Amino acid sequence: MKRVLDSLRRRPRLAFALLTVLLAALPFIMGFGLGNSWVRVLDFVLLYVLLAIGLNIVVGYAGLLDLGYIAFYALGAYLYAWLASPHFGLHLPFWVVLPIGAAFAGLFGVLLGAPTLRLRGDYLAIVTLGFGEIIRIFMNNLNAPFNLTNGPQGMNLIDPVRIATFSFGKPLHFHGLTLPPTYFYYYLFLAFTLLAIFIALRLQDSRIGRAWAAIREDEVAAAAMGINTRNLKLLAFAMGATFGGLAGGLFAAFQGFISPESFTLWESILVLCMIVLGGMGNIPGVILGAILLTMIPEALRYIGDLQRATLGHVVVDPSDLRMLLFGVALVSMMLFRPAGLLPSRQRKREFAAENGVAEQEQASLYDAKA
Amino acid sequence: MDIFIQQLVNGLVLGSIYALVALGYTMVYGILELINFAHGEVTMIGAMVALTVIGVLMGAAPDLPGVVVVLAGILVAIPACMALAFAIEKIAYRPLRKAPRLAPLITAIGVSIILQNLAMLIWGRQYISFPALLPVARFHFLGASISLLQIVIVVLALVIMAGLWLLVEKSRLGRAMRATAQSREVAQLMGVNVDRVISATFIIGAAIAAIAGVMVSAYYGLAHYYMGFMLGLKAFSAAVLGGIGNIAGAMLGGLLLGVIEALGAGYIGDITGGFLGSHYQDVFAFFVLIGVLVFRPSGLLGERVANRA
Repeated sequence: MKRVLDSLRRRPRLAFALLTVLLAALPFIMGFGLGNSWVRVLDFVLLYVLLAIGLNIVVGYAGLLDLGYIAFYALGAYLYAWLASPHFGLHLPFWVVLPIGAAFAGLFGVLLGAPTLRLRGDYLAIVTLGFGEIIRIFMNNLNAPFNLTNGPQGMNLIDPVRIATFSFGKPLHFHGLTLPPTYFYYYLFLAFTLLAIFIALRLQDSRIGRAWAAIREDEVAAAAMGINTRNLKLLAFAMGATFGGLAGGLFAAFQGFISPESFTLWESILVLCMIVLGGMGNIPGVILGAILLTMIPEALRYIGDLQRATLGHVVVDPSDLRMLLFGVALVSMMLFRPAGLLPSRQRKREFAAENGVAEQEQASLYDAKA
Repeated sequence: MDIFIQQLVNGLVLGSIYALVALGYTMVYGILELINFAHGEVTMIGAMVALTVIGVLMGAAPDLPGVVVVLAGILVAIPACMALAFAIEKIAYRPLRKAPRLAPLITAIGVSIILQNLAMLIWGRQYISFPALLPVARFHFLGASISLLQIVIVVLALVIMAGLWLLVEKSRLGRAMRATAQSREVAQLMGVNVDRVISATFIIGAAIAAIAGVMVSAYYGLAHYYMGFMLGLKAFSAAVLGGIGNIAGAMLGGLLLGVIEALGAGYIGDITGGFLGSHYQDVFAFFVLIGVLVFRPSGLLGERVANRA
């Protein structure tokens, strides 16, 4: 396996071609191999990758712990629903609505980021968490006095994505083959995810990305070096929120139905877990984290079958066990790889250095004694 | 005015429960700088264990007075929660003490998920009602109606807070805890067994949480496997409001948050001219929290941290 990977690393073009073929064929492999429900899971994997990449800008790059990230996802989704559903009778095309939704979420990112600029660490975490909850509670209750969000019932009949005359909402029949909408959304989401990955990778090494890293490591020193910390922190919030809003719009079009249920604090925490588990600040790690944490709960649906096969009957309801095992997986993965599964090179160095520094300090202490 | 006094009383009762849970968050944070996300779930387990014991006792000895049954429930719940917190710290947090800061946060979330789902497997998805064992005497004071249970909760909470304050300020263990919070390394050099102090911190917090869990389920007459989540969130907010890491701050923050919430729920409709109803209660609490933190970034009683590298 390692040899194959090494030889691929030496032939980037071949690797790129293989990856392209794999990504293009993936829904068909999953769909025909495991069933069409797995194509839907793939779609969600891509949405979560998009979300994780967005949150990684805020948490991984700029070091601002945000526990209310899902609010931007919600804003993007609700804006899509307002502009493209029977709720207000508006049916704008998705390429108009998506950018508006992303910009709307980005604007809220700045609005919510502004009061938090002076806060550090966990104070920031609790304030962002509060904002996330406030937005969810408003979504839940703004069906009166005027019906903006339809309250806990949520909004449905949201328009599917439509490109020219081709609607993503209906299955396609082709030579006796039926392709459900999940296939088309896969390619749409893939395009957006690849774009997001590209932007995030380019950002990382840019002037802005380096400034964020400086703020993350030491805000005072960064400010002393002439970095405008206020604007850059706001920019991080705005960019992260924009990705969140984009993912939210895609989610609304894909599901056709949204309700405040989908935007709870647990979702924010889940996305945060993805990036910490995968390896914060490192894009491949973040992607891996999003893939794992979306797939594991789905794969755990099979424990019912597993129990039937090994014990003869279902002892514990699999849906009850699923989240329990998810928690166990989260804890054990973190215990084995505290820096994440694929830590960034810099973080790996820091992690190694920390122990070294401690030993050095200890050594000098003993020297003083002797 | 009647409503005002009534809501103030309700708020103080709720606030003293928040304060008790917040103490657990703030003590752990003071020493480890860790948001112990699982603390809310420990509270829930306390309530569940106590309710189980109460149920068993009521079946086995129906003649026992109600107060004794509830006390027995609390007395079993406390050591159960202490053992649980000890195990959580040992398994999920201790190995990660030198890891990046967010790693133990994720295990804390994982532990929280595990406990919630374990509780769901053991006690089921339905609400468990708290049997009517406690006397239901009511007092009338300035137009407000106050139950005996409310008075007991507030008094007991104040006693626990005073006890904890004495423990931290006057005892040897308390001194070790304060030293560890200031600097783990130096405390260790001074002969403090840091691991034991950290364990003790978790255990004390859990004991208080167990009592708070029983209080909250007795107060609302209900317990549920999910109850720890929102309670924990509110309590953590209270700890931050008061200045996290500060024990007096957690008490103040808890009481304040409870009162704000109760008054907010009572008056939000009037303030906004009926635009927002009482289901915006949670929003109100968060708005106040954000407002306070914007003007005092390290909480009400938190020390101002200098900008240092």
